[in-house]
Amino acid sequence: MLAAVLPYAIAMVSFALALSLIRLLLGPDAPDRILALDTMYINAIALLILFGLNLGSALYFEAALLIAVMGFVGTVALSKYLLRGDIME
Amino acid sequence: MSLLRQALPHPLLSLTLLMLWLLLNNSLSTGQLLLGGFWAVLIPRLTAAFWPESVRIRRPGVLLRFVGIVLRDILVANFIVARRILGPVEALRPGFMRIPLDVQSPLAISLLANTISLTPGTVSCDVSPDRRFLLVHALHVTDIEAEIRQIKSRYERPLQEVFT
Amino acid sequence: MLEFILAALVLIGAFFTLVGSIGLFRLPDFYMRLHGPTKATTLGAGAILVVSAIYFSLRSETPSMHEILVTLFLFITAPVSAHLMAKAALHLKLRTIERTQNKEDSSA
Repeated sequence: MLAAVLPYAIAMVSFALALSLIRLLLGPDAPDRILALDTMYINAIALLILFGLNLGSALYFEAALLIAVMGFVGTVALSKYLLRGDIME
Repeated sequence: MSLLRQALPHPLLSLTLLMLWLLLNNSLSTGQLLLGGFWAVLIPRLTAAFWPESVRIRRPGVLLRFVGIVLRDILVANFIVARRILGPVEALRPGFMRIPLDVQSPLAISLLANTISLTPGTVSCDVSPDRRFLLVHALHVTDIEAEIRQIKSRYERPLQEVFT
Repeated sequence: MLEFILAALVLIGAFFTLVGSIGLFRLPDFYMRLHGPTKATTLGAGAILVVSAIYFSLRSETPSMHEILVTLFLFITAPVSAHLMAKAALHLKLRTIERTQNKEDSSA
């Protein structure tokens, strides 16, 4: 049952990733691009976990955790840069 | 009691650290429990300078009920927002709202802002520098006054009871 | 039965992830676009992570709870990054669509 629906779920999340990529390319402003990147890393986590479920391997979790932490730090750094023109205060 | 308070100046932080350690290692073995407990005692002491005041939860029952309400709202309202996103864009009436704040502690304000952002339909955008207003953007709002009243009674009041 | 619930949760999670990205793609201004990814996408990814936690707990017969950690992390960080991005957008005075109500509040 789970194995049967996984391909569809992976297709949906991949499509979501593609839509976010289009927004990243279209912009039009810097915050839009940051938001698109932010969405893309969460989509990537979902995709990675689905892939792990598909292969029956829990190893992909570590990568998902790293992407979550690094993605958040990246979003915060980029937003801070737009706010102050500088990352460190 | 005072000895315990001295050993664990921030019990909530210590508990969070222990849970974090156990979840990261994905194990409940005695060794990991001991090591996690060691970090839970040591880290709050080493970083004491960053935690000038300790967090006090006044009414745990109210907090639990609040968490329950928020989780339910996240689930229920996500379906509404999904319908709005997939529906016609022209029908959406976005708007900004300025919510006057009664809560004053920084922790309560940030919890309120995060709650507003997670419950669909609204994203908190900014806090005025004097901490008196919260600027919130709503995806679709027809009656701004009613929306503000609802946020205040549903989310702000319980937070005010728990953290004062 | 449980497997049916897991399969349903996976599909719901993928659906919400997709809804978030559709919102990001089609809504007309930045503040409206902000709504999709912060909530729908977070909830979708959270649902998928919960399925993974339950699935691997059942399969290996030892609880596999560390996916919960990522879920919690996502739910805590999503509003924070949304808030920061909104602040950056307000700072840059991004335009909003015509019919936005109380527009003047955003510049106050």
